[in-house]
Amino acid sequence: MTDFSIIGKSVALIDSAGKTTGQGKYADDLSLPGMLIGKILHSPYPHALIKKIDSSRAEALEGVIAVVTGPDAPNKYGILPVGHDETALAVEKVRYVGDNVACVVAISESIAEQALDLIQVDYELLPAWFDPEDSMKAEKDWIHPQRPNNIEKDYHHVFGDPEKGFAESDLVLENRYLAGEVTHAAMEPHSTLAAFEPDPQTGKPGRLTVWSSTQVPYYLQHKLSIVLEMPMSQIRVIKPLVGGGFGGKSEVIPLEIIAAVAARKAKAPVKITYTREEVFWAHRGRPRTIIDLKTGVKKDGRITSVAARVVQDGGAYCSYGVVTILYSGALLGALYDIPNIRYDGYRVLTNKPACGAMRGHGTVNVRFAFESQLDEIANRLGIDSAVIRRRNLLKPPCITVNNLRVQSYGLPECIEKVIERSGWMKRKGRMLPGRGLGLACSHYVSGAANSIIRSDMPHSTVNIKIDRDGGVVVYTGASDIGQGSDTMVAQIVAEVLGISLGRIKIIAADTDLTPIDIGSYSSRVTFMNGNASLRAAENVKTKILAAAAQKMNCSPEDIVMRHDMLWKRGTPEPHGKGAEAVQILEKVDTPRGNVQEVSGRVEGQILRGSLQQKRKEEGPKDRMSFEEAVVSAIDFSGALTGTGSYAPPKDARGGAFKGAGVGPSPAYSYSAQVAEVSVDEDTGEVTVHKVWAAHDCGRALNPVSVEGQVIGSVWMGMGQALQEEMVWKDGLLMNPGLLEYKSPSSAESPEVETIIVESVDPEGPFGAKEASEGSLAATIPAIANAIHDAVGVRLREAPFTPERVLAAIRARKQAAKALEITRGADPSAPKVFREHGGSLWYKGKGPERHPDDPARKNGDKALAGD
Amino acid sequence: MKKQLIELRVNGRTYEIAAEPNALLLDVLRQQLQLTGSKRGCDDSSCGACTVLVDGVPTLSCTVLAMSFAADEQPGPEIVTVEGIADRGALAAIQKAYGDWGGAQCGYCTPGFMVTVKALLDRNPEPSDEEIRHALSGNLCRCTGYTQMYQAIKAAIEAEQKGH
Repeated sequence: MTDFSIIGKSVALIDSAGKTTGQGKYADDLSLPGMLIGKILHSPYPHALIKKIDSSRAEALEGVIAVVTGPDAPNKYGILPVGHDETALAVEKVRYVGDNVACVVAISESIAEQALDLIQVDYELLPAWFDPEDSMKAEKDWIHPQRPNNIEKDYHHVFGDPEKGFAESDLVLENRYLAGEVTHAAMEPHSTLAAFEPDPQTGKPGRLTVWSSTQVPYYLQHKLSIVLEMPMSQIRVIKPLVGGGFGGKSEVIPLEIIAAVAARKAKAPVKITYTREEVFWAHRGRPRTIIDLKTGVKKDGRITSVAARVVQDGGAYCSYGVVTILYSGALLGALYDIPNIRYDGYRVLTNKPACGAMRGHGTVNVRFAFESQLDEIANRLGIDSAVIRRRNLLKPPCITVNNLRVQSYGLPECIEKVIERSGWMKRKGRMLPGRGLGLACSHYVSGAANSIIRSDMPHSTVNIKIDRDGGVVVYTGASDIGQGSDTMVAQIVAEVLGISLGRIKIIAADTDLTPIDIGSYSSRVTFMNGNASLRAAENVKTKILAAAAQKMNCSPEDIVMRHDMLWKRGTPEPHGKGAEAVQILEKVDTPRGNVQEVSGRVEGQILRGSLQQKRKEEGPKDRMSFEEAVVSAIDFSGALTGTGSYAPPKDARGGAFKGAGVGPSPAYSYSAQVAEVSVDEDTGEVTVHKVWAAHDCGRALNPVSVEGQVIGSVWMGMGQALQEEMVWKDGLLMNPGLLEYKSPSSAESPEVETIIVESVDPEGPFGAKEASEGSLAATIPAIANAIHDAVGVRLREAPFTPERVLAAIRARKQAAKALEITRGADPSAPKVFREHGGSLWYKGKGPERHPDDPARKNGDKALAGD
Repeated sequence: MKKQLIELRVNGRTYEIAAEPNALLLDVLRQQLQLTGSKRGCDDSSCGACTVLVDGVPTLSCTVLAMSFAADEQPGPEIVTVEGIADRGALAAIQKAYGDWGGAQCGYCTPGFMVTVKALLDRNPEPSDEEIRHALSGNLCRCTGYTQMYQAIKAAIEAEQKGH
């Protein structure tokens, strides 16, 4: 066990005081002199041609400065190079209810809102597509003409010999699973402030600065340059504090582009902040997914073959869709040893807000299906749920059948720990009626080994500058969105340099100041930016040691750097009371029982003159303070800086087949969970009493943060399992608010007990892997399996709302007719997505739609939902 | 709408401001007094990020008019925002504890929680688990799953009792 000073200690996030005092600034907290407010006009139709936009009345309103429409910035963009299908504002047609049509810029929000009502838009309705399986059959009126049959992308992968695998199996199960659409619902609605400054040479608008709630400032800079036709060097993107992302800010969101276009047209700074309803329209969450899953096993439970057909209801634009559908297939591998896999994935366009990346990107719904089916197989074979998982473990280091490289693998220990803590062996099968335990596992990438834009460039670079007083400034492109990446970087640098956290200042995510980092998504930051930080710190450490070695008359390898001191290895450790006067350590007992070293007191600083004086008086020494060493190094080299980069190794980048770029990661996290639930058979209500979650994060750099990330993942998974769902009717979102969407409150949130498993990855920084996403996916099947344990029904349609649970219980009991509210649909054998009942529609008062809409054609025969 | 001059008492200070009669308290705090700690997370009083104390009572500032708290003949009520919780520039026990125990991740909901927890502990210095859960249920958080908040609140109560 390595002895660390700061790594592995629970420390408060270095920006936490700004958050608890309200001093920290988020994008919407910023303002500039002369700043105007932008408001966006959204489409009321799911699919329509724009015949004419008349904004003259809006422009005439006192206080309105400009009205922006599609032709003001027609260049197409999109987060993926293969998916440039968006424009700042709709150019020819709108593709979902909520699509962006025009933007009013005014001196106040209320005037801008008034002006929206004065814009006259003439639309010509087109047939719209709402169900992915309907949409795939479309022969005309495609959402994007270049995407025939509304299929954004389909992949057909075969690894090993799936048919042979099924032929050799003793039991094959085949089921359809449906997962509802969920969204990030980060507490901070998106906000962007954009300002141009006049170019002193030309006098025209020159450089652009954008402050935005983004997880990907460098991608935003890139897309702005495409749309505005400006060089990236003229665009500065600054990420202030971000109020949560979960993937919802991991691509360029329309308002970020619109604000910049509007600022250019209005010739003044423009801020746009979404309302909560607009956040739901901007969305980019987890798509509704149909999973047709087939698993074959031997009698002993060993998996011989898996075939999955996955259809994702992607919404109206590509967004991250191509990557999402690939993740759904790729991460069938790397959790268990599956020798044969067939995967058919379809990403389908529909006339709804675009889906994109959300926590557990692409893996979550398939994992729900897989772990549910595996549980069912275990039941059929009479094998314990934990045992069947143990019989299918990988034997790392290994390469999976679909070319994923697995090194550290804490899954066995995760299963062991979670079984032990939950009392699985003693309690499973011996609980009161209506109460049950369920087990499931999951995994996730620690960053994608291939970036969106394929190249060999580093995925992260970090620079360090050290000043004469021993202050360390770290320049990192990592985007802290609340997950604590600034703190992670500070801890790593502090550990390498043997200094206290208080010396370190983090400058992050400012494209003018910080070197490129491709963003906070796919749980890549600790692994990749952490490794870059580690290398930058080692780089600068080498320089400090070289200078110190001269002063100490020894070789650099013989010097220890720790506790803000340097000393010759073998001499007494200058620690505690015996340390030199210049040492500025102060020991503080943190509430979590760790000893934390705090420094940065003014009296600890050393003025250059006095230090030089001191040096002259002394000969070679056995020890130096960090400041002394820094001054020596600066005197030696003129400046003290370091730099480090990280690019994933070649052998971690996966296979060569089409679509092989998604799935490979330098390391995978692992999770095993047990959920304890009770089910009320009369109401169908499911209560989760507790979740035990064991997560292999390689090494917990900051345990309190790791626990927080794991709990947050489990909790978000629980929301998707039980209550969160975007409910649709003819492309209209019926619940665009936090209450209606049912983001769980403290009243609905059970205790989550986390168990950190440290497999110490050979390539992670200090062995660390991801901690923020991998645990989400296991929670949904763990709850589904627990519901089965409690009441014997297998829910194959998520979320497991009381209506669905009740319908499944009644279907099992063959209680005559299923509930009226579910119109005969049995959630244990679901077929198609159900739409909201839409009472207005049945009274003929629903919004106007094209007569050829599938929903219209079926009329009252359409399945009403809950 | 024509602006009117009103007097508001916020964090122990009295401010004279010009506000439209339909201006929401949250907008006046954020835009006129630059007290941007209180956040807007929704538009329909569902999230609690804008919570402030009005005479000690947690109040959603996004759904009340600033005008209704203006001084009349009587002095107006005492409004406390998250900026008024710190203890003369130092972190209050609950603020420190939320940092130490992971009660704040992205921090956007945190100001609302600070105000809500302060109100809870002011009227009930030793709340039970159930009372804490109930008190927090009007504030949504999307990061933490609330578990670490409970630990933070307990730590803060302990720190207060020890007189830290």
